[in-house]
Amino acid sequence: MNSGSMTSGTITDGPALRDPHTPDSRLGHGADYLHAEHTLRSWFFTTDHKRIALLYLASITAFFVIGAVTAGLVRLALVVPDGQVFTNDTYNKLFTIHGVVMVWFFLIPSIPATFGNFLIPLMIGARDLAFPKLNLASWYVFMTGAIFTLVSVVLGGVDTGWTFYTPLSTAFSNTWVVPALIGVTIVGFSSILTGLNFVVTIHTMRAPGMTWFRLPIFVWTHYATSLIFLLATPVITVALILLIAERAFHIGVFDPAYGGDPVLFQHLFWFYSHPAVYIMVLPGMGVISEIVPAFAQKKLFGYKFVAYAAIGLASVTFFVWGHHMFVNGQSDLASVAFSVLSFAVAVPSAVKVYNWTATIHKGSLKLDTPMLYAMGYIGLFVLGGLTGLYLATLAINQHVHATYFVVAHFHYIMVGGTVLAFLGGLHFWWPKITGRMYSEAWGRISAFLIFIGFNVTFFPQFILGYLGMPRRYHVYPPEFQFLNILSSAGSTILAVGYIFPMVYLVYSIWFGKRAPANPWDARGLEWTVASPPPAHNFLTEPQAPKIPYDYPIQARETGRQHS
Amino acid sequence: MNPTDLALQLWPAAASATAVETDWLILAFTVLTLLLTVPVFVAITWFAIRYRQGEEADRSHGNVRSVLIEISWMLIPFLLTLIFFVWGARLFFISKQVPGDAMVVEAIGRQWMWKFQHPTGQSEINDLHLPIGQPIKIRMISQDVIHNLYLPALRMQMATLPDRYTELWFKADRTGSYRLYCSEYCGTDHSKMDGTLTLMTQADYAAWLQNAGARQGGQAGAGRAVYESYACGTCHDPGAKVRAPSLAGLYGREVKLADGRIVTADETYLRDKILNPNRQKLAADYKQVMPAFRNVIPNDDLDRLVAYLKSSGATAQQEATP
Repeated sequence: MNSGSMTSGTITDGPALRDPHTPDSRLGHGADYLHAEHTLRSWFFTTDHKRIALLYLASITAFFVIGAVTAGLVRLALVVPDGQVFTNDTYNKLFTIHGVVMVWFFLIPSIPATFGNFLIPLMIGARDLAFPKLNLASWYVFMTGAIFTLVSVVLGGVDTGWTFYTPLSTAFSNTWVVPALIGVTIVGFSSILTGLNFVVTIHTMRAPGMTWFRLPIFVWTHYATSLIFLLATPVITVALILLIAERAFHIGVFDPAYGGDPVLFQHLFWFYSHPAVYIMVLPGMGVISEIVPAFAQKKLFGYKFVAYAAIGLASVTFFVWGHHMFVNGQSDLASVAFSVLSFAVAVPSAVKVYNWTATIHKGSLKLDTPMLYAMGYIGLFVLGGLTGLYLATLAINQHVHATYFVVAHFHYIMVGGTVLAFLGGLHFWWPKITGRMYSEAWGRISAFLIFIGFNVTFFPQFILGYLGMPRRYHVYPPEFQFLNILSSAGSTILAVGYIFPMVYLVYSIWFGKRAPANPWDARGLEWTVASPPPAHNFLTEPQAPKIPYDYPIQARETGRQHS
Repeated sequence: MNPTDLALQLWPAAASATAVETDWLILAFTVLTLLLTVPVFVAITWFAIRYRQGEEADRSHGNVRSVLIEISWMLIPFLLTLIFFVWGARLFFISKQVPGDAMVVEAIGRQWMWKFQHPTGQSEINDLHLPIGQPIKIRMISQDVIHNLYLPALRMQMATLPDRYTELWFKADRTGSYRLYCSEYCGTDHSKMDGTLTLMTQADYAAWLQNAGARQGGQAGAGRAVYESYACGTCHDPGAKVRAPSLAGLYGREVKLADGRIVTADETYLRDKILNPNRQKLAADYKQVMPAFRNVIPNDDLDRLVAYLKSSGATAQQEATP
């Protein structure tokens, strides 16, 4: 860990680095990871986890734009009930692109591949991830998969929905299903490699004194996420390869015409894709668990419970996939078991929400942009989670399954949860990543716009769903038009809220105020190094804190021991 | 024709006791949801104002018995929500116990239409007429991909699988017209795979059964669905990509064949051309690409299709000429 330029006498003043107000004369600009080298080669062949995180950030932002534009076109089409804007085929291709790109190429890699990559080594006091070359390889694998899918979208389109249900996808769709599936399968390997890298890093690369219960919750949630990457992704890989084999070589697995079982695909698909919800949600919870204590200047309430809740969620989520098939011909007894297990998943999620609220209690609050996103996140995530319980209730599911109620529910979780956490994290760590401050006023305005735009877009969809509007309907009955117009109007507000950060954040890279090492007065090792961090992360051996979330305000919690 | 003419609807009509109970279930669940969330939202807002940096506030902390707090806010909401798990599971099990005296209606789903067959033999396409006050079991299967028969007024749906029968049952108690849908995405015209569920008194239903077979309008209307389900329009509609003879006003017209004969396009001619298009080649310069539908299209569907072609002549011609 010791940098070659250091003299051994100065190593002992490590703790002084943790005072945000003491500038460190040794950390001049120029040696940071952004300016260490300037060639294209130094970016595309880098093994620095921080640069790889930025490669991911650029790629997933591009995919987010594709996903958002197609969502906008879908909302445009639904302004009129009679499907006059596009043909049915075009509409089906649009919502398929939206789903495939957003789920597989934005939401799943979003927080882990960017902030996870950037922050885990900094948070645990490591020089890099355990396997830096593998880390770079996983970005190339990701881009290879993405290009397969983009090519299939441009050349032929795909119209199966992001769920690829059989036998529609194997025998009846005439679109470019196989290349799209190859792309998604390849991207799965990228997830597996990233998960493996994180698990090994967190186990073996922690700085001296950085025990498990001194790790930030962000690291805990990424550990839990990585376990899901490792254990669940191979199942979807197998399922998609079987699907490709059936479509290309007519090997009977899912299609009854060849003796297969179409519902088997749904079991395999959701055995991955339900845990995948927590791949998207857990890292977001990690981000919020960093932001809330920093902006309340108070220790996270019930740290150990929150850490265990992350592992609990990652475990229980493997046993609830059947709640996607209550009305798909699954056995009734299985449905009852999956229903009660799904209720149990809500428990660890509730722990986190209540603990964040308790953290704010008697804190010293700053309502800056990251905190506004975190508060918005809590509101939307709670609504998304509880409507998930409605869906887990068997009798309600029989009515609202596959309607707009489901669409609203999972957008509250995915956009309300993951995207708001992503944006909150982006604003929180932006000064650290770029070394620049953004416009706080514009940040707050867009946080409000996104919160309002999101609710106007998606709340009406709960009502549409209960009224019985099925999802993936291009042509719909006229009595649903008013709520659809409302939803589409909301999506324009949401779009403006998304465009603002893209402008003022990019602007700040060149014109923003230089950021100090610790602009938020936050704890955690990543704030002890300069902004942007040196290429080698730590110039002195990092000192692990005695307790995590070592903020000025500490509730004395009894009934448990500190480690 | 429309089940409702309202521009804005906020609560769906309920046509059975189960549907009403499902509504009570979700309303009661919403009350619990509000009890669990409103305090959190109020607390977050209140704390954010009360404890803003720079505000004078008591920030001293006593000893917090965190384990007790953590366990209680985990367990109490969980146990409260379990009430709704039990209630929902009970309703679900009731919806799985089919009464012995249920009237059985057969349903077939295929891209992109529903076909329903009544126990007395009558069948209908996309629309379904049923009596109230009588348990009805719909036994269904799919001819191609997975579909899902969704009857929102009864708060009920069930997947239609290609490899085995599935069923749903209900006992409606309110007459009226309601929507029915396919709710499992099934390809191009998924959103057009919908129709009207008409619930009627037993007497009206008996009368409807009597008249259903004879109504020509119904036959031709159903034929339109057959025309769409076999995608005849892909080639035969005006402006279609594949150039094929227009069917507008074909019925009763004289047609010149390749062998020099001139025949009248009557019912027999239409049937033959559908079942075996290669037999009576047209004189006009068309590439013979239409597949034969012998053994593909069931006889009852063929009747409906021919009825549709007969009836659509005049209107189709108007649409075709700009």
